[in-house]
Amino acid sequence: MSVEDSDASGRRNGRHKNIRVRDVGEATVTPIVDIQNVTFAYGETVAVRDVSLTIEEGDFLGLVGPNGSGKTTLLHLMLGLHEPDSGTIELFGQPVEEFDQGSRIGYVSQKATSRGGTMPVTVREAVTMGRFAHAGHSRLTDTDAEIVDDAMETVGITNLADRRVNQLSGGQRQRAYIARALASEADLLALDEPTVGVDAESRDAFYRLLDSLNDAGITIVLIEHDIGVVTDRADRITCINQEVYHHGDTESFVESDALEQAYGSTGQVVHHHH
Amino acid sequence: MHHGTRRSLERVGIALTGLLAVVMIGFLALEWLQEYPYAGMLYDQFMVVGMWLDHLLGTSVFSYSFMLRSIATGVLIGIAAPLVGTYLVHREMALIGETLAHTAFAGVAIGLLFSATTEWDGSLLIAALVVGVIGALLVQFLAERTNTYGDVPIAIMLTGSFAVGTLIISYGRGGFSGVSIEDYLFGSAAVIPAEGARMVAVLTVVVVGVVALTYKQLLFITFDEQAARVARLNVTWYNTLLIVMTAVVVVGAMQILGVILVAAMLVIPVAAASEVAHGFRETLSLSILFGQASILGGFAFAISQGLPPGGSIVVVAIGIYLLALLFSSRSGTAISMH
Repeated sequence: MSVEDSDASGRRNGRHKNIRVRDVGEATVTPIVDIQNVTFAYGETVAVRDVSLTIEEGDFLGLVGPNGSGKTTLLHLMLGLHEPDSGTIELFGQPVEEFDQGSRIGYVSQKATSRGGTMPVTVREAVTMGRFAHAGHSRLTDTDAEIVDDAMETVGITNLADRRVNQLSGGQRQRAYIARALASEADLLALDEPTVGVDAESRDAFYRLLDSLNDAGITIVLIEHDIGVVTDRADRITCINQEVYHHGDTESFVESDALEQAYGSTGQVVHHHH
Repeated sequence: MHHGTRRSLERVGIALTGLLAVVMIGFLALEWLQEYPYAGMLYDQFMVVGMWLDHLLGTSVFSYSFMLRSIATGVLIGIAAPLVGTYLVHREMALIGETLAHTAFAGVAIGLLFSATTEWDGSLLIAALVVGVIGALLVQFLAERTNTYGDVPIAIMLTGSFAVGTLIISYGRGGFSGVSIEDYLFGSAAVIPAEGARMVAVLTVVVVGVVALTYKQLLFITFDEQAARVARLNVTWYNTLLIVMTAVVVVGAMQILGVILVAAMLVIPVAAASEVAHGFRETLSLSILFGQASILGGFAFAISQGLPPGGSIVVVAIGIYLLALLFSSRSGTAISMH
């Protein structure tokens, strides 16, 4: 089986969590995200300094670091929301600034819920937005409607379909945003602290859902402030504080002192409840 | 059941509004083409129907072409303004319409100056439209580059363009004849020129068409701009489209409502609809219905009392908003009591 075959069939079946670059030979399988020597500053304030990392297909990557460490900035850089001051970023093998397959990324931003707090939009309408990148200017089809129904079913909000998003609880609203990302049938899910303000029970359910999505072959990048949660779930960890302190599998991260170093360098309290 | 009835009522309302708009566009087209044989005949028929209406209702409105022209303009603005306004309000850009109206006012002043000092004798509305659109692009440019809060460039544009407008008009006092600045400031039902009404007809058709075509994209950038960017929508382009459409609608609406009140039609019907609607599509429908009701109610009040239409339309719109507020807070308590 050639490398190309494994890549193509892997994408189609969506099951190749265990196929890693290392297994088939370096530099032949295109990583989902490839960041090389990226530096980005807001004016004078450097947010991300000389970061290099790759995310492979099927990864469940946890992105951790102290407050203000540049996690969100790094995620935004990956998605093309910011342009790096130096260095290169590739998404699905394409330079990020030229990347045009918007339907391959599902994104739930930290502030996603803010507009949903006032704007009159039903849950179904919000989830349907996940199909917009596929449809372009043409009308949505019955297939789109089915995919939206399935996505709502998966996260268990079918009974809320006609409710206004601003009438939902924090956990329900978050599930609606996840459903939108699912409806986009994305290959990469990028989630920025998706469980802030969500009760413990829905949070557990949410992480179980992420696990099953990842098992189905979807690549996940997750920013999470609760280190315990993320080391339980993610199979790879990137720990940053401007610079990368760790990028590799979770076991070696837990054993290393990357966390203390990353948190220590800004002089913040090194308290973590696991 | 109750939900279903409500939806059917909304459909009927939108269908009636659409029909009314088609009749009004038909009237404007026939008025334009009345020199030609068949169109002239149909136009005469239109006026006969108007006379009958006046006879039946005991009014003296529908048999006058200038009144019909005003009502036609109002009906069309009552569709286009809430349609664009629904996106503006939920992008927290409610005051952009007011700003662009002031920019358009500067455009009127510049047009006056131009026609007084040069051979140019084009329409002042064209000047307002051109300057309004340039102003819209400028606001967009400033908003993307400013380091301050988003409403600061808006305040600067609003006051700045009005300042320029008043300076030009004061400079030209005496030189500009035959134009009443008050009509532009406060609006007027009596002086809408045929070409102004025709312009509104064309712009309304274009705006409705563009919104129908870009409904999904505009909704997505309104609801979650960042996610829309990640989905590789050209957010800057859609923002520009929205703000240019706003400028266009504002120049049309300015004729009836006046510079000072023009933002009302973009904002108040939408605010009322957002109180009671369940989703975004319903908000769009209800905004148009409430906008239309404000226009027709406002005209009826203005004509019967001999008052200006601008203020009347705004007062009726606010009345509808208050009713919607009452309705939504009542149904709100009903939900929490169950």
